[in-house]
Amino acid sequence: MMKFPESFSNIPGRETLARSQVLQRSWPVFLDLCVAGIGLACFYGVVVIARYWFGHPEPEIAISLSPRALPQYAFYSVVRIFLAYLLSLIFAIGYGYIAAYSKRVEPLMIAGLDILQSIPVLSFLPGVMLAMVALFPTRQIGVEMGAIVLIFTGQVWNMAFSFYSSIKSIPRELTEAASIYKFSRLQKLIQLELPYAAIGLVWNSMVSVAGGWFFLMACEMFVLGTRDFRLPGLGSYLQTAAGTGNYTAITWGLLTMVAIIVATDQLVWRPVIAWSDKFKFEQVESASRVHSPMLHLFQHSRALQSLGRNTLVPLEEILYRRLAEKRVDASPASTPKADRGATKNGIVSRILRGLVILVGAIAVLYAAWQALTLLREVHGSQFVGILKGAAATFLRVNISLILAAAWTIPAGVAIGFHPRLARIAQPIAQIAASVPATALFPVILLALIRIGGGMNIGSIALMLLGTQWYILFNVIAGAMAIPSDLKEVATLFHFTTIQKWKTVILPGIFPFLVTGMVTASGGAWNASIIAEYFRLKNQTLQTVGLGATISAATDSGQFQILLLATIVMAIMVVTINRLVWRRLYRLAETRYKLGD
Amino acid sequence: MQTAIIRAERVEKYYAQPSENRIQVISPTDLSIGAGEIVALLGPSGSGKSTLLRMLTGLSTPSAGEVYWHEKPIATASVNVSIVFQSFALFPWLTVLENVEAPLKALGMEPAERRKRSLKILDTVGLDGFQAAYPKELSGGMRQRVGFARALVVEPEVLFMDEPFSALDVLTAENLRSELLELWQNKTIPTQAIFIVTHNIEEAVLLADRIIVLGRNPGHVRTDFQVAIPHPRDRKATSFTQLVDYIYKVLTQPDAQPPALPQTSTGKTVRDQRQMHYQMLPHARPGGIAGLLELVLDHNGKDDIYRLADDLAFQIDDLLPIVDAAQLLGFLTVTEGDAAITSTGAEYANSEILRQKELFRNAAVENVLLLRQIVRAIESKSDRSVPEEFFHDMLDEQFSEDETLRQLETAINWGRYAELFDFDASRRRFIQSEKLHHDADASSTAEIDA
Repeated sequence: MMKFPESFSNIPGRETLARSQVLQRSWPVFLDLCVAGIGLACFYGVVVIARYWFGHPEPEIAISLSPRALPQYAFYSVVRIFLAYLLSLIFAIGYGYIAAYSKRVEPLMIAGLDILQSIPVLSFLPGVMLAMVALFPTRQIGVEMGAIVLIFTGQVWNMAFSFYSSIKSIPRELTEAASIYKFSRLQKLIQLELPYAAIGLVWNSMVSVAGGWFFLMACEMFVLGTRDFRLPGLGSYLQTAAGTGNYTAITWGLLTMVAIIVATDQLVWRPVIAWSDKFKFEQVESASRVHSPMLHLFQHSRALQSLGRNTLVPLEEILYRRLAEKRVDASPASTPKADRGATKNGIVSRILRGLVILVGAIAVLYAAWQALTLLREVHGSQFVGILKGAAATFLRVNISLILAAAWTIPAGVAIGFHPRLARIAQPIAQIAASVPATALFPVILLALIRIGGGMNIGSIALMLLGTQWYILFNVIAGAMAIPSDLKEVATLFHFTTIQKWKTVILPGIFPFLVTGMVTASGGAWNASIIAEYFRLKNQTLQTVGLGATISAATDSGQFQILLLATIVMAIMVVTINRLVWRRLYRLAETRYKLGD
Repeated sequence: MQTAIIRAERVEKYYAQPSENRIQVISPTDLSIGAGEIVALLGPSGSGKSTLLRMLTGLSTPSAGEVYWHEKPIATASVNVSIVFQSFALFPWLTVLENVEAPLKALGMEPAERRKRSLKILDTVGLDGFQAAYPKELSGGMRQRVGFARALVVEPEVLFMDEPFSALDVLTAENLRSELLELWQNKTIPTQAIFIVTHNIEEAVLLADRIIVLGRNPGHVRTDFQVAIPHPRDRKATSFTQLVDYIYKVLTQPDAQPPALPQTSTGKTVRDQRQMHYQMLPHARPGGIAGLLELVLDHNGKDDIYRLADDLAFQIDDLLPIVDAAQLLGFLTVTEGDAAITSTGAEYANSEILRQKELFRNAAVENVLLLRQIVRAIESKSDRSVPEEFFHDMLDEQFSEDETLRQLETAINWGRYAELFDFDASRRRFIQSEKLHHDADASSTAEIDA
């Protein structure tokens, strides 16, 4: 479900940079509490709307299994992904921009990003769906909006983070050049900030869109108790096909999925990557470049060129002239006068701002408190059940991580060390990785039931499917980054295999491995929500686990348990991140950093 | 001279610390740039050259004092200046032409006029034919030409340059310098004044009509004089070399007590760093110190610092920290710009590695307070280890955060070399060094020097 194009393997800096900026910041616990409070308040809001809507029966949508219906379903799914991505992009740029330039809210916004990145988005699925359906009078639009909002919440954070950290890492002299030459905000955004952030944004967009497919498949198959929220799309097609055991339909569905992924890669990502090459911030031209015939076509099309010349260019000119005129009017004369007025205005606006903050804080506190009072309805035995489930899911997540690491480390190192193998294996792995695990899940469960395996194995299999690729691609990148002189030293002194792994390979790939494992661990927790509780052929398959608790609680409308289980999961993910991954990350940044 | 274009009045820069102290970067300074002159600002690293430049351009606001542009406060004036940056600061995603057009676009100029002016200036700096190239396709010298073109295209009244030639090789730099001088002298460009920050003394003497030398801790003007040598200036001429030698003397002479520091608005006194607890460790490596001493010994134990720098092809930024360190450790004395080796210095230069370490150890414990304190702290602890944080907090009172980190890095480097202590980088603790294992120590210093 994630791709790692070769062209990016030589710039591992951006993503790592972003993470390390988070690490450097030592937030007071206060900030985290603020974010937690806001999170609780949002949850409460969603629950209130959801409860209001409770109990309206709705007709369900029939999903056709004919292959002829597939293009239409595929189109629906693609449009959903596209809209959610567009929303994410705009939001990410706005969020990152404000966080980078507003000193006052920056720490809170970044703490928020860090936590939002780690909480299980899928546990909001039922809440968001119910709320959206309640908000929109026509059921269909509500469900559609719910799916889009959910995908959005799954993919926006890393993009926002990438944009923020790019702005923060713009070399000082470039910023100074922009201000000494009196660039307006717009010109600075277009000529400096967006280009500088472009490569990070492209990379993160690819990861986000792949993640979007994962969530979309889950959204499209969503069934809640007696109510059916299924959306016509690829995900529902696959699930219905698996439910009825229609193997022809399953094959067609999967083929369509792969075709979409390959087409997106060729028609969207490759041209975008080739185009973004010019935004590389480098002093020398690099040798390896991605080529795209599509981009060539766009860039050399006469029609497109003249279209741009006659519409965009004049528009831009008018805009710049307006901005310059405005600045000339505003700058020299008015400033001293404005000074006096500003102090008076300053007091008024400060009081106003204080009031707004106060009201906001009270509202957040109230809603958070209401959410917490919901928890009083939870019985002691239910609480014990949740803890038991948490332990089981913890175990499952770690088993899947160990299994994933066990095969991906040797495989990744082998691919990374042998360029010829890499040429064959990498494209295959990329395609395999692109198929969202959630799309495969019904198919795998069907097979498991047939051979007598249960939900327990099934859930681990789904987590493994969804997350192993993060580790594999990072390990490949890490193995490629090990300098060849280090490998030569190992050969020269006749290191034994064990010694070679201990002194050269494992330390060399360590930082990459940690990056992969962090992402994989977060993904596995998230996946547990659909992995441990699944409806197939009108029966519910489930096993003991936190994810199952969350899904079951939504099914039966027990919001207090849903809330508690979600909080427990969020706390576990954040705690593991802080206690384990962050430490390993710091170790990777200091001790196992190659070069420099 | 007629009225100044830019005039700085008692400008200073400091950073407030949580405690009562504040870190003074630049002490109150008066400075003016008049029409028709090239002003060079010289100074060792840490003297606040770039900070001063940024305050004069209005990029950065002084902590106190005021900068005037034609006698109007710079914040409210419409300033017409440009900066040529050390790193060129070109936008790599824009072509040469787009880079040069960008400032004109910001001014809202018509596209046709914009293009005409940009092409003309590209022609002037010798970049005709390169307008469609991207900066990364050009060599360093060509890239800086784009930097010049972009700076000149707005026809600035004052052209600021922040070490514009220091990222270039010697020949390219020489070439660009003379072309700039030609443009200026022939009045090809309407620029009224040029202000150049540099750490290259010869460059300053070659270009400037007026040279300002800064001292550090905190940054202050040590001397400000006119250069009367007619153009073209000959590096070999006596007047030229005498002036260079003079500037070296000014730079290496121990500072006379600078003017009394003012009080802050809240009535607290600003403390001068030299009156503070810790001396500032110059950031030199033991290997560099040994190398310098050997060179001085080869020059019969005494020589002009100017000639030493020439011999090593070093800029003052490279050489001065090493000279300062050797002086601090008592290996070298400096008078009137002449460096003379002391008897311990001579012995140090002549000894083999283990004896060298011993001499360095003794000199360090005797002369460097921070190292002495670290050693004592380790000895007094039962587990023979002290966290770095402890010293970080003490140094923090006196130095900025960056400088504190650099001070600790240098202390660790020296301490490891002298085998005074070892440093556990993963736990960030100073620990007692294992004296018996010389092999291990030697390899660890090799790592640091690399």
